[in-house]
Amino acid sequence: MNKDKALLAYTLRLGDNALVLGQRMVELVAAYPELEEELANANFALDYLGQARMFYTYAGELEGKGRGEDDFAFLRDENEYRNFLLLEQPNGHFGDSIAKLVLYESFYLLQLEALVNCADTRIAEIAARAQKEIRYHLRHNSQWLIRLGDGTDESHSKAQGSVDDLWRYTGELFAPDEVDNVFEAEFDGPDLFKIQDEWRSNVAAVLEEATLTKPEDGFMASGGKEGRHTEYFGYMIAEMQYLQRAYPGAEW
Amino acid sequence: MTIALSREQVLEWLAAVVDPEIPVLTIADLGILRDVTIGDHVTVQLTPTYSGCPATEVIEKSVIDALSEKGIENVRIERVLSPAWTTDWISDEGREKLREYGIAPPETGASKRELVHGARTIACPRCASVNTAVVSEFGSTACKASYKCNDCLEPFEYFKCI
Repeated sequence: MNKDKALLAYTLRLGDNALVLGQRMVELVAAYPELEEELANANFALDYLGQARMFYTYAGELEGKGRGEDDFAFLRDENEYRNFLLLEQPNGHFGDSIAKLVLYESFYLLQLEALVNCADTRIAEIAARAQKEIRYHLRHNSQWLIRLGDGTDESHSKAQGSVDDLWRYTGELFAPDEVDNVFEAEFDGPDLFKIQDEWRSNVAAVLEEATLTKPEDGFMASGGKEGRHTEYFGYMIAEMQYLQRAYPGAEW
Repeated sequence: MTIALSREQVLEWLAAVVDPEIPVLTIADLGILRDVTIGDHVTVQLTPTYSGCPATEVIEKSVIDALSEKGIENVRIERVLSPAWTTDWISDEGREKLREYGIAPPETGASKRELVHGARTIACPRCASVNTAVVSEFGSTACKASYKCNDCLEPFEYFKCI
């Protein structure tokens, strides 16, 4: 894989991750049990959608075929998305959503912090903007996981169940493929092995404070980076793309 | 372009464009108006605050409209991401306007502060008491949190420090 292809693929993945997680959070808008979390979730979702737009716009420029943010977001098929499987998992209950965010954002923040120093100026600039937002998210979401884990017997057992269920999707975050390797070599991109070590110790610290048990590493699901998704993903994008598919070119 | 335009003149006109969500602040007060260059086009450099801030596009349109009123049609907007915007760029005048509007202005020193959140004291914009409490870390827009004053009992918004 050449340098240009890797840069485009890497940028699209960043966009796909932000979009898919943002869309899952959008599904919860107006469904949270209390106002503060409602606002937090909507604000956080907006950050992700904003980041997705910046990555997609850049991907369109790199590709040079006239595609823009909307084309990438709304007019691709399921197997063209390269997001992590973790992010497309259904929202489940509140503990599931929080556990997903803590596991992912603990990774994403480290990825962004590394990207700030990468050799591609545009990615570095977007990462510099985004890392401030994700730092704020992670602080908030970690506090929730701690409160749930160290809360009542029921919240503890539910939060433990959420972490256990989602753990199998965390292996994919740190399994470098050709795109990751070329991006790391050519653009001084993130070292996923180094990030994995830091992620393990950061996540372990939050779980410990939450009185939760770190699951054993067992079977790890993968495929998102190759466009092989879990069954939930098709339903998600069917809803997300409905308007553009039914009314092509529709605008506000 | 037939009329000779100066950068300073254009900046002065643009300094009157207000933020749609906090209309007491201009884009100059906020520190998001970065620069203007005059060539074949008038290029206006703006910095987004939050990645997903819905005001960004409204502000870009307001900039185009403001220059259009002055007879300048050849306008390009350039989004400048780096260095990333920080609340430290809000001018002193902007901070005073925020306070008068009922929003507690952000603390300065964002880059350090964000790491050691928690130990901050936010003064009530109405009575200046520091006996205040956070109601919600989130508010009506991505950039604000909700507070209340324990002395004058008024709820107020705090412009988050990032």
